[in-house]
Amino acid sequence: MSCQCQCNAGNEPGIYTIIDQIVEKYKGQAGSLIPVLHQTQQALGYLPENVQAYIAEKLGIPLSEVYGVVSFYTLFSTVPKGKYKISVCLGTACYVKGAGDILAEFEKQLKIKVGETTEDGMFTLEACRCLGACGLAPVLTVNDNVHGRLTAQDVADIVKKYAEDK
Amino acid sequence: MEFYRSHVLVCAGTGCTSSDSQLVRRELLKQLAEKGLDKEIKVVETGCFGFCNLGPIMVVYPEGTFYCQVKPQDVNEIVEEHFIKGRPVQRLLYHEPDKETRTLEFDNIEFFRHQKRVALANCGHINPEVIEEYIARDGYFALARVLHEMTPQEVIDVIKKSGLRGRGGGGFPTGVKWEFASKSQGDQKYVVCNADEGDPGAFMDRSVLEGDPHAVLEAMAIAGYAIGANQGYIYVRAEYPIAVERLQTAIKQARELGLLGKNIFSKGFDFDIDIRLGAGAFVCGEETALLTSIEGRRGEPRPRPPFPAVAGLWGKPTIINNVETFANVPPIIRNGWEWFASMGTEKSKGTKVFALAGKINNTGLIEVPMGTTLRTIIYDIGGGIPKGKKFKAAQTGGPSGGCIPAELLDIEIDYDNLTAIGSMMGSGGLIVMDEDNCMVDIARFFLEFTQDESCGKCPPCRIGTKRMLEILTRITEGKGTPEDLTNLETLAKTIKNASLCGLGQTAPNPVLSTLRYFRHEYEAHIYDKKCPAGVCQALLTYKILAEKCRGCGLCARNCPTNAISGKVKEPYVIDVEKCIKCGACLEKCKFAAVIKE
Ligand SMILES: Cc1cc2nc3c(=O)[nH]c(=O)nc-3n(C[C@H](O)[C@H](O)[C@H](O)COP(=O)(O)O)c2cc1C
Ligand code: SF4
Ligand code: SF4
Ligand code: SF4
Ligand code: FES
Ligand code: FES
Repeated sequence: MSCQCQCNAGNEPGIYTIIDQIVEKYKGQAGSLIPVLHQTQQALGYLPENVQAYIAEKLGIPLSEVYGVVSFYTLFSTVPKGKYKISVCLGTACYVKGAGDILAEFEKQLKIKVGETTEDGMFTLEACRCLGACGLAPVLTVNDNVHGRLTAQDVADIVKKYAEDK
Repeated sequence: MEFYRSHVLVCAGTGCTSSDSQLVRRELLKQLAEKGLDKEIKVVETGCFGFCNLGPIMVVYPEGTFYCQVKPQDVNEIVEEHFIKGRPVQRLLYHEPDKETRTLEFDNIEFFRHQKRVALANCGHINPEVIEEYIARDGYFALARVLHEMTPQEVIDVIKKSGLRGRGGGGFPTGVKWEFASKSQGDQKYVVCNADEGDPGAFMDRSVLEGDPHAVLEAMAIAGYAIGANQGYIYVRAEYPIAVERLQTAIKQARELGLLGKNIFSKGFDFDIDIRLGAGAFVCGEETALLTSIEGRRGEPRPRPPFPAVAGLWGKPTIINNVETFANVPPIIRNGWEWFASMGTEKSKGTKVFALAGKINNTGLIEVPMGTTLRTIIYDIGGGIPKGKKFKAAQTGGPSGGCIPAELLDIEIDYDNLTAIGSMMGSGGLIVMDEDNCMVDIARFFLEFTQDESCGKCPPCRIGTKRMLEILTRITEGKGTPEDLTNLETLAKTIKNASLCGLGQTAPNPVLSTLRYFRHEYEAHIYDKKCPAGVCQALLTYKILAEKCRGCGLCARNCPTNAISGKVKEPYVIDVEKCIKCGACLEKCKFAAVIKE
């Protein structure tokens, strides 16, 4: 498969160029698939099929293997995520302190189920397991920001804060 | 050398960072500079103090004044009063839950007084991003001693005699593991650090990595020397960005000073370390799965033997140890195995770090000698249960462990005692539950977790955990039958015996231990269709107490399904058929007339 992307018109590197650069860093290293997927996802936000196929080709491994790895690990996503990814911790410490209610409140306010993205592409709601901030349970992250010591009442404020931050 | 009259340590661990400790630090730096105090007072970023609940934490030395919940707007007062006039700011000092007075010094706080810090010795005391601070506290001295004075076998003997056992869950003797790997033949060997920390509700390893990353690097190099490896890998969860960053910085600094890389201490020993990130699969904490994941494949466990010490990463002899296990190694080499073996119980030496969380006043990270009782941990260190509620159970060992009831509060915590009572040491998560937690619901929670995280390779685990979860869900919905309890027990036995890896083998433990100590709660759900703790929604009914109701109508106006009716000034009633149990009425009623039972 050759490069099919058209985004290379200007001087901006297209996605395949980005992947080339990432693969280059790991050239000749054993076990490079997962680091390459991590960095690609960081650059693109997700790992659609054409990207997986390109990575498979570059690393010289079957697409089925790439797909197998992508589908095994929950941090890899094949669909695009919202601008803000809300991850509610459902680890034990957070669960015993009512994280379930907080997740339910987000579902209610955003009108989506866990795992879904709002229609306007602003929010993706996810559940995760322990962010290591259990001392502040219940905890959630919005992209990389950690919010702790939450109650269901805080949900509306969090949604509002980020919704205004378009 | 510069001389500072005071050092101010500001916590930059994950907990405090999320309570905005960086804003506090920046404000402090700004104000110190404005007042011209920046040459006298040094601000140091540290790792976690363990008291994250009260963050942001700030400690001022030489006095050891312990400030908590410091906000940017408090900085001015601290600078004016403490640094200029020498008067500690009373209102920001720590306050013991049951006492009037505030405690000035760090060491006098109950939370810290009962602790013994070995693995966490440097956490909260040094800046983890400055290698010199680690070296100033004898860092890399153990590696130097090993390379100059000891043979690999001597290193292994010291670790064996110390009695150190793996802190990642299994409790396997570390020295014995190293000896296996050192005796294995191989042109290439590896040292792997397990920093996957999968137990949901535990953050010991995270704090060590964030607060003292060099201790782990030093220990890995020592292990490399002992077994004859010159490459190490740290497999760390991608969910721990701060830990990853600190590790990267630490590795770079160690390489620059020649403490990693070629010919370390000019002794002809080469050792280097790379980081590999996890990608959100709990099973990858299992050692064989972890190795497959480093190799870049799906992290599925494989049968043992062969053990990794014989055929591990890329088929080569490999040792894999937990972060906390490694963090104990340099102090053992520095202080001698006798020192380490003098702490703890007969079969569990040294200390253990616990992440204390859940329904407890002082949540945070603690380190205590093995053999400390659960009562000391929960009441003396943890400050008891909030809001005067009753202690119900402590959960240890995460999804592999079990719940310990109040009758066993005086048990001395070590590997063997915990196993004997149907729980597990695990990696150190310790979650406290009070009377408001339903034990059936907790068992269901863990089964949901393991069911979700099962890699699916072997049917007993894949299908068995699903069946167990279905039964538990049924019970929490009030549809349980008496046979369900025997079915749970039979399934549990089969899954334990027939699963390939530790995930499946231990998955039934939370159910078995709650059945053992809290069977009456299961029975209440099944026979009386009641959830004694008031957690399981399907079993609750909302009721208005006629004698308390003032007939204000507020509840009725807030009910989404119009289930409440009544006349103003007369008691209202709830139509249970229409009620969807949203709880709005209970929340809104100002006269506590609505109850759920
Ligand atoms: C499902 C499962 C998950 C595990 N997760 C971890 C983990 O997150 N961290 C860890 O150190 N050990 C974990 N272990 C234990 C490891 O397999 C291994 O025993 C340990 O890393 C060995 O190091 P140690 O001897 O220093 O404890 C897990 C085991 C199982 C079965
Ligand atoms: S016991 Fe469960 S997690 Fe372990 S290999 Fe079998 S299916 Fe996978
Ligand atoms: S809100 Fe309370 S007092 Fe008012 S009608 Fe409802 S139950 Fe009665
Ligand atoms: S719990 Fe909700 S649905 Fe039921 S009566 Fe109260 S407000 Fe109405
Ligand atoms: S359980 Fe939620 S942060 Fe650890
Ligand atoms: S992160 Fe600051 S005390 Fe734990």
